[in-house]
Parts: sequence; C-alpha cells; structure tokens
Amino acid sequence: MDDALLVHRLQFAFTIAFHYLFPQLTMGLSLLIVLLKAMAFRAGHERYNVAARFWGKIFAINFALGVVTGIPMEFQFGTNWARFSTFAGGVIGQTLAMEGVFAFFLESSFLGLFLFGEKKLGPRGHFVAAFLVFLGSWISGYLIVATNAWMQHPVGYEVAHDGSVQLASFWGLLLNPWAGWQYVHTMGGAVVTSAFVMAAVGAYFLLANREAEYGRVFVRVGVVAGLFASIFELFPSGDAQGKNVLQHQPATFAAMEGLFETKEGAELVLIGQPDMEKLKIDNPIHVPKLLSYLTYYRWSAEVKGLDAFPREQWPTNIPLLYYSYHIMVGLGTIFIAIMVASVFLLWKRTLYSARWALWILMLSFPFPYIANTAGWFTAELGRQPWLVYGLLRTAEGTSHTVSAGNALFTLLGFLGMYFVLGVLFLLLVIKKINVGPEASPHAKH
Amino acid sequence: MEILWFVIVTFMITMYVVLDGFDLGVGIVHLIVGKNDDERRLTLKTIGPVWDANEVWLLAAAGTLYFAFPRLYASSFSGFYLPLIIVLWLLMLRGLGIEFRHQVDHSMWRLFWDVVFSLSSVLLAIFFGAALGNVVRGVPLNKDGYFFEPLWTTFTVVPEAGILDWFTILIGFVAFCTLMLHGSHYISMKTEGTIQKRSRSAAASAWWGTFFTSLAALIATSSIRPETWNNFSEHQWGYIFPVTGMLGLGGAYYFRVRRNDTAAFLSSATFITSMLASTAFGLYPNVLPSSIDASHSLTVHQAAASEYGLRVGIVWWTAGIGLAVGYFSYVYRSFRGKVSGQPEESGY
Repeated sequence: MDDALLVHRLQFAFTIAFHYLFPQLTMGLSLLIVLLKAMAFRAGHERYNVAARFWGKIFAINFALGVVTGIPMEFQFGTNWARFSTFAGGVIGQTLAMEGVFAFFLESSFLGLFLFGEKKLGPRGHFVAAFLVFLGSWISGYLIVATNAWMQHPVGYEVAHDGSVQLASFWGLLLNPWAGWQYVHTMGGAVVTSAFVMAAVGAYFLLANREAEYGRVFVRVGVVAGLFASIFELFPSGDAQGKNVLQHQPATFAAMEGLFETKEGAELVLIGQPDMEKLKIDNPIHVPKLLSYLTYYRWSAEVKGLDAFPREQWPTNIPLLYYSYHIMVGLGTIFIAIMVASVFLLWKRTLYSARWALWILMLSFPFPYIANTAGWFTAELGRQPWLVYGLLRTAEGTSHTVSAGNALFTLLGFLGMYFVLGVLFLLLVIKKINVGPEASPHAKH
Repeated sequence: MEILWFVIVTFMITMYVVLDGFDLGVGIVHLIVGKNDDERRLTLKTIGPVWDANEVWLLAAAGTLYFAFPRLYASSFSGFYLPLIIVLWLLMLRGLGIEFRHQVDHSMWRLFWDVVFSLSSVLLAIFFGAALGNVVRGVPLNKDGYFFEPLWTTFTVVPEAGILDWFTILIGFVAFCTLMLHGSHYISMKTEGTIQKRSRSAAASAWWGTFFTSLAALIATSSIRPETWNNFSEHQWGYIFPVTGMLGLGGAYYFRVRRNDTAAFLSSATFITSMLASTAFGLYPNVLPSSIDASHSLTVHQAAASEYGLRVGIVWWTAGIGLAVGYFSYVYRSFRGKVSGQPEESGY
C-alpha cells in the first residue's frame, strides 16, 4: 500500500468513525422523542413534554455536530476519492443527492421548528414537527445505507463506453436486496445507542437523588426500547445480514468468523486471536458445531473456510475484521443480558431502587457506540480490497493528483479540529445534563 | 438534459449563496454592528433558527453537482483539495462560534467566540469568492481531466497558477463586499434602533466596496478571459443577467437611502443571483475551463451522468425541491418579524 492510499484511507476512516458518533444517537433519539411526545398525548402529563424538550436539546447539539462532521464526508468523495467518483458517481450520486434534497431539508427545517416553535405550533403541531424530524433522519439513514449497499453489492448499473458505471435501474438501486437488512440493522443499532444513553442519564439522576421523576421516565423508556432493539439486532436483523454476507461475500464471512478450514460441523469461535502465519486461531474458546447450525440450521452442515477461496479474494486485514465482528457480536450479546435483567427488575418494580443495576446502566452507555463503530468496521473491512465489490479496487479509487503530503496535512488538521470539537461537545452535553430537565419547565430558555 | 441540469445546479449554488450568504454577511459585520454583549446576542439571534438550514443548501448543492456532473465533482473537488478542506474547517469553527458563545456567561468566552465567528465568516466569503475566481480564470486541467492547485504560486495569473493570485483574490474581495452588503441588509431588516442604524451604515460602506470591486473584476475578467463575452454577443438575450444585476445593485443603494430594508435585502439578493447567473452564462458550455489547453476544458456534456440517470433525477428532484420550498417558506414565516431583547423562546 503506497503512502497516499494509506493516508486517504486513514482520513476517511477517522472522519467517518468520528462523524457516526453523532447520527447514531440522533437517529435513535428522534424515535424516542416521538415516543415521549406520544406518551405526553396519551397520559396527558406535562412531565413527558418536559422530558421531550430536555432530549430535544441534547438532540440539537448532536445534530449540529452531525451536520458539521457530515459535510466533510460528502466532500471527501470528490476531494480524496476522485477516481471513485468519476467511476461510480453516475450511480451513487443519485442516492447522495436524494439524501440532500429529501432528508436534510426536512430534518433541518423541522428541527428549527421543534426547538424554537413549541408555543407557536401547539401540542399537535409540535408532535408533528418531532415526527418529521424523525422521518427526515430515517430517510437520510436509508439513502446512506443504500449508497453503502451498492458498494457492497452493486446492482442496477451498466458500464458506459468510457469505463464508468451509470444507472440502469433506479428502483434496482433503491431496492438493493442488500440494503433492506443492512438498513434495519443499522437503525436498530442507533436505537440501542440512544436507549442506553437515555437509560444512563436516567440512572444518573436516580443515583444522584435528583430529578427522580424524570430519572424514572428515562430509565423506563430506555430499558424497554433497549430490550426490543438489542434483541432485534441479533435476530432477525443481524442473522439476516450475516446471511447476506455469506451469500454475496463468502470469503468475508469466513474471515469474520475466523474459520480458516472448510469443515462439516464447524465450530463457532467466541474468543481467540487469528494467527495469519499459521492460519489458525490461538487459544480458541469455541462452541462445537454451532456455526454450522446458525448458518444452515443443520449441526453437520459444511461451512466454507478461508481455504476454499484464492488468496486474492481474502479481505485485506483479516485480524481487524475478525476483531471488529467479534466485538460487535460480543457486546450485542451483553446488551441483551443487561436489558433483559433491567426489564425483569422493572417488572418486579425494584429497578429504580436497585443501585447496582442503576450503576451498570449508567456506566454502560459507551459500549453501544463501540459496537456500532465495530459493526461499520466489519462492513467496510469486509469489502476490502474492493471499493465497489467486484468492480473497483480501493487503490484505484483515490485522487491521484492529491499527494500523500497534502493528504497528511489535512488528516492532521482533522485530528486537531475533531479533538477540539470532541472536548467542547462533551463539556456542553455534561452541562446540559447537569442543568437537568426541570430547569426550564415551560419553554426552552 | 445536461443543459437543464446545468441550470439546476447553478440554481442550487445560487440558493446557497443567497441564503447562507446573508448569515455569512452577518458574521462579517458582527463585531461592527454589535458593540456589547447584548447587541451581539441580538445580532446572532437574527440568524439563530435559520443558519443551519441555510448551510444544508451547500450539502444539497454539492450532492446535486455530484449526481448530475460526477466528473466535474471529482475533478474540481480533488483539484481544489486544500481550499475546500480549509473551507470545511472554517465552517466548523463558524458553527462553533454561533453555538458555543452563549454557553458560558463570561465576557472573555463570549468575545473569543464572537471573534471566531466573525473571522471565519470573513475568510469563508473570501475563499468562496476565490473559488469562483478560479473557475472563471481556468485551472491547469490535464488531458485526463484532473488537476491539483497549491494554495498559491507567484500570485500572478499564469497557466500553472495557485488557488490565490491577484485575480482570484480580487474576486474574493468582491464576494466579501457583496456578502457584507447582503448581511447588513438582513440585520437592518430584522432589528431596530442602534443595531439597525449601524448595520445601515455598514451597508453604505459595503455598497461602495461592492461597486468598485465589481467594476475592477469586470475589467479584469475581460482582459483575462475575453471569451467570457462570446456567449453574450452570440445570444444577446443573455445581457438580461448582468443588466438585472446592475439594477439589483442600484436598487440596493436606492432602497437603503429610502430606509426600505426589505427591498434593499431583496435587491442585494437579486444582485447575487444575477451575477452568478451571468458567470454561468458566460462559462457555458464549459463547466471548468483549462488554463493549459482549451481542449482539456471540461464541458457540461463530458461531465454529465447518463441520460437515464438525469431523466430519473428530474422526477425526484422536482418533487423534493417542491417540498423543500414548502418547508422553507413555512419556517421563515414562523420566524418572521424583528427580533427583540426579550428572553422568550430563543432555543438552546
């Protein structure tokens, strides 16, 4: 890998991983805010409106950070990946432009109304504004996932005479079979993050003996939404997405699972480090035959290992891919355990006073961020060495006029800028949480 | 079909410049029209609910450009690598300035973010102008349709020029003065009293600045790229754009003196729109002229996506933009009128 390619990849990976910290919260939170507004309607209690306003402020900060870190993503398709854009812009330009036209205008206009216009809109109008913000962010999510799905599994295109690909079927692109499960899996992950964050803030209020009324609402909404979402991540969405990978990127599937040899009754590796010299897993802890069963629903089914594929079809960085996937799945399993236990305590009416459980809820909010990030690492590393699977290699997609030195200059700049953004963001969110929902019971100050 | 999309992309970019232009302009005059904390808070409040949505036009315009002219997007964004990334950083700093100033109640904190906001707005206006200047002047496109420009070389207009030379810096100053004028009109329209008075006088200086820099730019363009005028002499109806532009600039003067701030704001919006339309008209069919060899220039036809893709796009674009115009008029109607000092619903 030459220097320029490495720097272009690092810059994209860093800026997108940082960017995705914000949308994963806003996409999930927009749904939970709609839920809170719906509860305000049903229960007719002002408490839920106050709660929605409080989360609206947290949403707004995350949204602003999502926008300012999102613009560089769109720009980098041109600035750093010019040959990819020349090659594939005729196809993925569709979904990216649609995101701008359909999602961003909707989201940003109604977010302004949601935050500034509660009095003018009245309760019903305010609910509609919250709903439209939710709709906009979920449309945005779909169009980005559809773009990525096309890179994972290109459909609906034709090759033009200049070698670029052009759109051949609009609905083919939009209804890519890869996109459906990837979308709901991504959005489910976003709901997990926001549910854990909401529960963590609620747990903090309860543990700190302040704003207990809101603490209980946040914990309750957080753990119930978290339970549904984290189960949904495993089954059906995670399972179905794994089948997608198995069908369309079989070598990637083997690498994710750490399966080097093709075998009948393949084991599911839980823990162990891939050794790329000896092509085996070190100190493995595994469950015999489980991988065969999960993949084909037969204990003795044959699962293809990496040895079934020529080396040039192997993903570029197998250990990192393997770890990303295992971190995602491992954390996802722990999330289910935490949420099942919490909902059980909630049902027994002891959750609000079970301090140990509240401590766990409060401290576990960073992990969904890690799991979501690891999930995207799995998708993106799994696609390598391809930028567009089977059509364009990553090395052939960079801007070859941009030298390694110039790219490094901007990478360092992004590191510095995002460090500042991150620090200010944390200060601000901590401040908002500490002010608490009750500080401004009527309108936002 | 390509021509239609050329018009649409020009329209989207123009919308961005007119809308985000006034809040950039507010940034330019921020430290002049507001002298104390309260006044500066009020100035910011005029753009509070809308600046984020205005900036979304940049994303939407870039997305549409990417969709309709992928080769142009790839070539210009990689060629303008450094200034574009710097613009991104400035946009971030500017957003931070707006959103963080009111978070801590301390005069030094607020002063710091006021200066960050204003300085980044000034630099953005100049950079956007310089970018436009580069497109007019031409860039060193090679035969594969790519190029790379350092930030500057010798500051003279040579084939291997950098982003900044005397011509593009001149266009940068045109943009600076124009957006300062536009932003000052916006503040005069949205405020009363001292702030309004100061922003009217800022508009007066900005008007003369716009007048003289535009005149200089007109002369410079004619000497550097005389072919800009070819389209106008071949299709004389095109003169409608620069003529409307002059009327807009004249109107800005006339209505400011008559204290009709809304009409003055609309006049500066007309000036911006017409001047960008004139530039696009003069460029066509090129979208990115080559400064090395005219045969390397990218034209709308070479840069466009396939016919099928563009036809499909017309359908969803029309629907989407219709909706967006609906939201925007609704939002602007909801926040119409002057801002006041009362601590009612102000967000945050």
